[in-house]
Amino acid sequence: MQALFIIIPLLAVLILNLPFRKSYRRIAFYLAIVVTFFQIAMTLTSGFMLWINITDLFKFNFITQLSIDLFTLVVLFTIGLIAFVSLMVCRFSYKKDPFNFINLILIAMMGMNGIVMTRDIFTLYVFLEITAAASFILIAMDKGIEAFEGALKYLILSAVATIFILTAIALTYFSIQSLNFGDIGSYLKGLNGRYPPNITAAVILFLTGLSIKAGVVPFHGWLPDAYMSAPAPVSVFLAGIVTKVAGVYTLMRLTGEVFNNIPFISSVLMAFGALSIVIGALAAIGQSDFKRILAYSSISQIGYIILAAGIGTPLAFAGALIHFFNHASFKSLLFVNSAAVELQTGIRDINKLGGLAGRMPVTGGTSIVGFFSTMGMPPLAGFWSKLIIIVAAWASGYYIYSIIALLASVLTLAYFLILQRKVFFGKIAEGLENIKEANFGLSFPAILLAAISVLLGLVFPFIIYYFQANWLLKLVL
Amino acid sequence: MKDILIMIILSGLVLFAVISVMIRSLVKAAIALAIASAFLAVMIFILGAWIAAVIELSVCAGMITVVFISSISLTIPLSKEEVAVEAKQRMSRFIYLPFILVLTLAAAIILWNSRLINFDFISALKGTQVNLDFSAQGSAIWDKRSIDILGQVIVLLSGAFGVVVLFKERNQK
Repeated sequence: MQALFIIIPLLAVLILNLPFRKSYRRIAFYLAIVVTFFQIAMTLTSGFMLWINITDLFKFNFITQLSIDLFTLVVLFTIGLIAFVSLMVCRFSYKKDPFNFINLILIAMMGMNGIVMTRDIFTLYVFLEITAAASFILIAMDKGIEAFEGALKYLILSAVATIFILTAIALTYFSIQSLNFGDIGSYLKGLNGRYPPNITAAVILFLTGLSIKAGVVPFHGWLPDAYMSAPAPVSVFLAGIVTKVAGVYTLMRLTGEVFNNIPFISSVLMAFGALSIVIGALAAIGQSDFKRILAYSSISQIGYIILAAGIGTPLAFAGALIHFFNHASFKSLLFVNSAAVELQTGIRDINKLGGLAGRMPVTGGTSIVGFFSTMGMPPLAGFWSKLIIIVAAWASGYYIYSIIALLASVLTLAYFLILQRKVFFGKIAEGLENIKEANFGLSFPAILLAAISVLLGLVFPFIIYYFQANWLLKLVL
Repeated sequence: MKDILIMIILSGLVLFAVISVMIRSLVKAAIALAIASAFLAVMIFILGAWIAAVIELSVCAGMITVVFISSISLTIPLSKEEVAVEAKQRMSRFIYLPFILVLTLAAAIILWNSRLINFDFISALKGTQVNLDFSAQGSAIWDKRSIDILGQVIVLLSGAFGVVVLFKERNQK
């Protein structure tokens, strides 16, 4: 069954690129939507039990090399959801032919699905490269100077990260003779804190490489330019899921499963997390570009996830996982809102906007949900994940980190209030009097993501019970 | 004899890698990189991983060079005046290179003598024999690393797609 998450998007790409494919261009969008629906349905329902019987007929060797647990399921669902949103934004707002974008989204989905299902560090590297390659091309698709600059910065820093990760894999294999997460974790546990220089170097290189991929401070230099210069649907996709899967998920998985016995990793991750929370928020306050503010906000919110991963307790990890999903949904919502504003007004400079809430009520209303959820306002979804992270930090004795995470919400409130005031409230800006609401393709995803933030926040206590129910775990796993 | 061959190959690899970074002409830099990749492929073959050597040769020395030269073909060359100005400033960028080389050599010698990092794999090379049991290697890769082969295919697909997306519309213009 696991292999279907890679094979289905691959088949879709191959079908769309067969000879005489001009006739397939018309169905490309619908085929891609079906693939995302398939992924969402498979992760949500018990229907995939049926697929296990079907795929038994196909003896794919690599089925045994992939595995799915609850963490993977949540991320697979998130990938499907954000890919669906990005496709909608592209179909209804991207002025150029969306065919190439659709193909690249499907390739990136394959890469990300492989990242979350593998338990082997070399396979992880291969799928990281698939995701990175698709991302470079997506950022550069518009072929403008800004787009190439953003793609080049991402490419260069990603190449540096790749060198670090590959070197770490080589050092690990040389020392341990295995690339499996479980084998490496057992070996490190058996060392009882006496780590040879090879292993220490490998761990440091892994941390550095993955921190670059995640856009964590101080390795975040590429992120604002890449998010800002990419076309709107690409920004939704990158900010919503790509950076989180390629960097944040991988850090969480390796920290939890492989490096969980190494104390200094915890300290480093918590420090990086706290730095990202504060510096991301402070940098966002000084920005005037809508997307750039959201990019720095992403750095700040990713810092919460990294902080929780560094704390490492089960409660902290649960908070990290929930914030992973929440951030994917509310950040994608905010980038959809920025796409709507940019499409309707042609402006991203918040100093030249104003009073749009009356002209674009859906965009304005959903942006408020996104902002409040980012800030951690109850009863929205973002409140619960931030609360869990802050409580986990306090309960583990990391009082300073807990206070930093709490006070940073004030900074978040500051830059989002500035953004709301300048873009959606106040007097309507000159020349924007005849602006109308964005089309269905941008309004529907915004309403969907806002509804998810609200509903998830309201039913959160029941969801915790749902995931803890043993009968469900047995069914799902 | 094998030691001398390995030293020649490693020296060639480093030499052409440095040339690819320092040379002014982009096309010659791409070709130098391809030659460095070819030396690396030979080294990998001597170490016994012949399939990896073939992939290194075909992808890194082959496809990557094609991609580089395709992108270089899209650039606008500098005028003679711009070349003259740039040539004067260019070499000043490499003024620190000898110091970096000396520091790196010194660090390597210190690490080697202190045994801080385990370099035993180098002595293991002396006992390496080229394994030409194709069926066993192929079976090992297909049975145990098949997901990586699928991943490599997808990487090549995305690379090819990237070339089409970024270059095709330009040609049509």
